[in-house]
Amino acid sequence: MPEALPSTEAYLMLSGTLFAVGLVGVIIRRNMITVLMAVELMMNAVNINLVAFSHRFASLEGQVFTIFIITVAAGEAAVGLAIIIQLYRLKSSINVDEARELNG
Amino acid sequence: MSPALVVFLVIGTIAVASSILVVAMRNPVHSALFLLLTFLCVAVLFVMKGAEFVGAVQVLVYAGGIMVLFLFVVMLINVRHLPDERVLSNFWKGGLLVGLAVFLLFFTLVRPGVYRDQAASDQRLRTTYKYHHRKVLQPDGTVVRKLIRRGTVEGNSEAVGMALYTDYLVPFEVASLFLLVAMIGAIVIGKRELSAIEEENIPDYMLARSEKEHEVKEAMSA
Repeated sequence: MPEALPSTEAYLMLSGTLFAVGLVGVIIRRNMITVLMAVELMMNAVNINLVAFSHRFASLEGQVFTIFIITVAAGEAAVGLAIIIQLYRLKSSINVDEARELNG
Repeated sequence: MSPALVVFLVIGTIAVASSILVVAMRNPVHSALFLLLTFLCVAVLFVMKGAEFVGAVQVLVYAGGIMVLFLFVVMLINVRHLPDERVLSNFWKGGLLVGLAVFLLFFTLVRPGVYRDQAASDQRLRTTYKYHHRKVLQPDGTVVRKLIRRGTVEGNSEAVGMALYTDYLVPFEVASLFLLVAMIGAIVIGKRELSAIEEENIPDYMLARSEKEHEVKEAMSA
């Protein structure tokens, strides 16, 4: 295949950018739903890395692990959103700064 | 510049821009929709790297399942942000600084030319391996059973499926158990328990109906 695909470095830089954006979102936002979305963004950045290296080393392990990570992300989103709903019932707010019973 | 590179630049730019908008938007519904756009762009990037099955799973599970869950919860909670309400946390400056530091760290770690890309390397991502035994006649007359691996080039989905159901069978089953536990956990956590206050708040027409049913039941038994 003579056509030049984008290099592995380009994929790594893109995934690093997405990861940094997700990290900033986790730290600076107060809305808990947005924080959970930023976590999903970071997981996607990791998946991009795995797929890029799977292509680079011509092995399927990276893709299989990506599928497992997607599974874990789905479970994490379901449980996290249930916790958010319960917090909203308790506090009538989904601000992360409001949940400080443990003085964190 | 090859067409694949142009597609990568366009899709990557859209992905980064929409991910920044996910973090920057005030309304969670807008954030969720931009997150959907990011997921679709990432699925395109997966397909470009020879991971068609993972791209399809990305669209089905992330864009189809998780995003619907997010939107559903946003609608259920129905938080209205007042225009003058703060969206950012108290330490948003520190957060931006940390993000910038991580970004610079990744950019200095990834030096161009470190990973020399092979040409036409996605042949093995489409190869399905099958194992079978074959009796081999040794030179000294004995017959030995040998395990022979034969690879056929079919497609990425076949290859990933075969890897999942042979080499990764135990992790696959553990993942299904994990999903079951996550589902039960989400139901148990999200369930609303009727408290004493809420029981008092039963509407009058329901109380009247239950009283009437009770009377009818007593009349029937009498």
